[in-house]
Amino acid sequence: MAERSFKKEVEQLRLGAGEVFEGEGILAVTKALLQAGVAYVGGYQGSPISHLMDVFADADPLLRELGVHFESNASEAAAGAMLAASVNYPLRGAVAWKSVVGTNVASDALSNIASGGVTGGALIIVGEDYGEGSSIMQERTHAFAMKSQMWLLDPRPNLTSIVDMVERGFELSEASNTPVMIELRVRACHVTGQFTARDNRRPPLTVGEAAAAPRRDLSRIVLPPANFLHEREKIERRWPAALRFVAENRLNEWFGPERDDIGIIVQGGLYNTLNRALELAGLSDAHGAAQVPIYCLNVTYPLIPDEVTAFCAGKKAVLIVEEGQPEFIEHELNTLLRRADLQTRVIGKDILPRAGEYSGEVLRDGVIAFLKAWAPARAPETVLPLPAEPDLAREVPQRPAGFCTGCPERPIFSAMKLVQEELGELHVSADIGCHLFSILPPFHIGNTTMGYGLGTAAASAFKPKEGEGSRRAVAMMGDGGFWHNGLTSGIGNAVFNQDDTVTIIVDNGYSAATGGQDILSSRAENATRKTNNPIERAARGLGVGWARTLTHTYDVARMRDTLREALTSPEKGPKVIVAQSECMLNKQRRVKPLMAKAAKEGKRVVRERFGVDPDTCTGDHACIRLSGCPSLSIRDNPDPLRQHPVTHIDNSCVGCGNCGEVAHAAVLCPSFYKAAIVTNPGRWERWRTRMSRGAIAWLQRRHSRSIAARAF
Amino acid sequence: MTTLATIPADRDRITVAILALGGQGGGVLADWIIDLANSNGYVAQGTSVPGVAQRTGSTVYYIEMVRRRDAGANRPDPVLALTPVPGDVDVVIASELMEAGRAILRGFVTDDRTTLIGSTHRIYAISEKSARGDGTGASDRILAAAERRAKRFVGFDMDAAANRAGSVISSVMFGALAGSGALPFPREAFENAIRHGGKAVPANLKGFATGEASAVEVRTAVEAAAMPPAPTTPAGRALADRIAATLPIPAHAIALEGVRRLMDYQDAAYAGVYLDRLVAIAAVDDGQDAHRLTAAVARHLALWMAYEDTIRVADLKVRATRSVRVAKEVRVNDAQLLHVTEYMHPRLREVCETLPRGIGGAILARPALRTWLERFFTKGRHVETTSLRWFLLLRLLAGMRGMRRSTLRYAEEQARIEDWLALIREIAPRDAALAAEIALTQTLIKGYSDTFERGLRNFHAVVGAARGLVGTPDAAERVRTLREAALKDDRGEALQQGLACGGRAA
Repeated sequence: MAERSFKKEVEQLRLGAGEVFEGEGILAVTKALLQAGVAYVGGYQGSPISHLMDVFADADPLLRELGVHFESNASEAAAGAMLAASVNYPLRGAVAWKSVVGTNVASDALSNIASGGVTGGALIIVGEDYGEGSSIMQERTHAFAMKSQMWLLDPRPNLTSIVDMVERGFELSEASNTPVMIELRVRACHVTGQFTARDNRRPPLTVGEAAAAPRRDLSRIVLPPANFLHEREKIERRWPAALRFVAENRLNEWFGPERDDIGIIVQGGLYNTLNRALELAGLSDAHGAAQVPIYCLNVTYPLIPDEVTAFCAGKKAVLIVEEGQPEFIEHELNTLLRRADLQTRVIGKDILPRAGEYSGEVLRDGVIAFLKAWAPARAPETVLPLPAEPDLAREVPQRPAGFCTGCPERPIFSAMKLVQEELGELHVSADIGCHLFSILPPFHIGNTTMGYGLGTAAASAFKPKEGEGSRRAVAMMGDGGFWHNGLTSGIGNAVFNQDDTVTIIVDNGYSAATGGQDILSSRAENATRKTNNPIERAARGLGVGWARTLTHTYDVARMRDTLREALTSPEKGPKVIVAQSECMLNKQRRVKPLMAKAAKEGKRVVRERFGVDPDTCTGDHACIRLSGCPSLSIRDNPDPLRQHPVTHIDNSCVGCGNCGEVAHAAVLCPSFYKAAIVTNPGRWERWRTRMSRGAIAWLQRRHSRSIAARAF
Repeated sequence: MTTLATIPADRDRITVAILALGGQGGGVLADWIIDLANSNGYVAQGTSVPGVAQRTGSTVYYIEMVRRRDAGANRPDPVLALTPVPGDVDVVIASELMEAGRAILRGFVTDDRTTLIGSTHRIYAISEKSARGDGTGASDRILAAAERRAKRFVGFDMDAAANRAGSVISSVMFGALAGSGALPFPREAFENAIRHGGKAVPANLKGFATGEASAVEVRTAVEAAAMPPAPTTPAGRALADRIAATLPIPAHAIALEGVRRLMDYQDAAYAGVYLDRLVAIAAVDDGQDAHRLTAAVARHLALWMAYEDTIRVADLKVRATRSVRVAKEVRVNDAQLLHVTEYMHPRLREVCETLPRGIGGAILARPALRTWLERFFTKGRHVETTSLRWFLLLRLLAGMRGMRRSTLRYAEEQARIEDWLALIREIAPRDAALAAEIALTQTLIKGYSDTFERGLRNFHAVVGAARGLVGTPDAAERVRTLREAALKDDRGEALQQGLACGGRAA
């Protein structure tokens, strides 16, 4: 069950020929796969391709009808390995993940499949998480395509081109016996648009049929001597076949005038941005009528030498618009031109920034710089700098990502802060997942992060010193990371080596950071997957002796005490704390409609939220420094004598209880209160409350009179 | 950052950037705008960068639209961009004031073309919230820049408008967009987009109407200046007269508040002590900077004398006015019941402080007894003030106000206050500015238990340093630097550094 329902999107997967599909780029890919007769699909969720996985997870009935197998793979390595089904059989298969991280994880399998080659089309859909909004290291998937010699597609960012490239990708893969990667940038995954659908195609051969009639070809297995033959085959057979297919089917495109003494070569995914840059420079319009020749690379690897030399011939200079670094395409272009003995200058990273996203602004400035140098007559004249606003820059605060309102991970780090106050600073090895936000304000906890499920492994070097002042390292891990990789690389490694570390596994019931997908330990019942496999049992099964499961992370005192015990217990070897509470984002999505329905039906419903009394709050904000909850904020002090803002809780509070528990555990202040609002109370409850409230009101009236009597 | 003069003003393309925080419905608003354009003769495209920004960070949604050509017109599909370019954005919608500021900083707002529609309410960033004092950014600067940098600025508190309409901010922003007239579509077209969206349609239409109306109105809200309180009792009048007769005018308003606070806190006699102390300070104030010293002492003496002991906390928690405030804040209706639970954690120390001086002091002075007793006070209490039992207990505690003067805490606080005032009186004739800084240092004493004790330690450290600085020319400046350092971190590292270099700004 994901963060969002995709019912409407699933319906669109059924569209027939001539009907119009409307939606996001990544969802268009799902439809394109079915139109291409894919036999199996897999992958691992992560921005920006999560929606593809979610839609397929919700589309089980349709996939059954079509005979398509869908696998929610345990990791990208598992997904990559699944492509093995296309080695011996004419099965079209596709897998998807967030890149470059997912490609890193999958690279062992990818190297193998790229070496042996494929019979059925194998497509790897990578969501290139690069530039604004990215949460990972800034690297290029391009390098993987080059090192394993898989072909890399980079379609123009509109739905028709993307869909077309998915289908062409399978054909290219089959024509050249090579797996093909299709790269979609973040914005292309989320771009809205439409395309004219075609009918879905049942795969000519299903995975079940293939399994029932196994085939074996020794020459496809990576073992000597075949591995040496594979390398030759790549160069001598598959590469030329790919060049031929790309050229004959005109997968790359040309825009603008035919003759000119300058030109621009652009990655397909950046074409729209380039056109806008040209428009702003006065050399194109909103419909792409460029006045400079453009060679648009929808296939960025391999380059097609004949096309490149034909485009560059007769030009003084070409600008290569290539995002990210190293500038592999630019290097290759220079090599191709040298070989062809063409004197065309290749202008790229000497004008455009070497690193970072190529936004509209960057390309506009780059194009103008290129025009000024190589076609000054066509360069726009007036460039007015916008006035800088240094004062404004001081006032506008950064908004780092943080835990959602009511997040069950917040109390874990509140507890950790309290433990640090007692035992001193800890080395905390962070992992990948929402819990990584502990690194940011207000918690400032976490020293490194080494990859998904690698938190414990990254702490393994820290063997505590002997005797006085020894301190154990702490590792964080999410349930997602645990099942992805942490079970073996982290826990297994720590057990085998008897690492004296403490691992906290956040068990919130979902792969939460990627959009709330189910995983092995999810508590939800899932009709098509097996859930409810406890993490502690898995850890104990590996040989962990010290393991505790806390079922309510909001109990800050208990969390603090357990963590202290793990850090100070005489027992050696890895210690594992499983901290369980449901992801609040998903819980609210699950519970809110149920509560509204119950209230409507006249059933007793209790809503809880917290509040702060402004007259006892002294404005120190220690509570905020231990929380950072979005609903826990500040407002102007209503007290004319006090000058610092008071703490304030807004109505978005979901009543998780963290504020009160932190106030208790840290002995902070008596300003917090919990309000329980009862809708449709029972008769007895109503009567009892009326009696005690009557008495309280009478006492309050007397109290008010005495206050008024001594008042100013 | 640059802008081009080559973009034609009448170009056939409209660009819209939405800056919103995660959870504010920026995506819903973008969907409405795309639907609106697509249904009214335009081809629209939207993009966004969700991912981690969705988790409380700020996100930009970007929409472009181009007029659709007649069928048969020989023109290729538009090529729409995926990122806003500075100087090329027609409409910016910001869901919060600092996001409007961010849009300006990113160059999306230019006075030749941009209609800036921004909510003026604040959602504070973590850096602003977690400051030990006041870390908030200056809203007026953003408002000034919005007026200056936009072609047109439509700004009002859209969060409040959403609350009034019982709707969400995204529908109010959509209404403001309609009201601004920045898009070439009629009102009904906007409403149809909401209907087409199909979610919470009546509430969204209400929010839309509120937003549209507010965008059309000229803002005329003028903030009423807070008036000093007027006396309601004979005792109050007597004290007010004393203030008028004995204190300099700039200190009047604060002194009136101080007297009011202390009468509420204790009684008229206690407020009288406050004025005695204040008058003694006014006598040594040379009157520079509009009697800054007297005004500072008036404020901080009142705050200190109204220290938050258990009696005060109980008194504030059981008041009728507080019950009303809580019910309003958590939005309870008449058919619902409200139960309120307080999180209180009195330690042995606070209990002893509430006991008579002799007894409380005796317990705290015996480590063995203390250790034994402390076992009973290690846990926080959940105090349900809406239950009669707990209410009576707190009411009883509040009633101990009459015995406050005999408590241990009273004795401790009065001694500290006297020391502080004596130092101010001693220094004021030689360096009034330094004396005023010492008075302001009281601001470090706040909070409860550990927070309170840390604040008190910092206060003593800064005041101790101030004593040593008497006679140095920049003493006041250095004390101010130290005070600010004390508010920088919880562990007092900045203050230690500051003390090490004698308060000179690093």
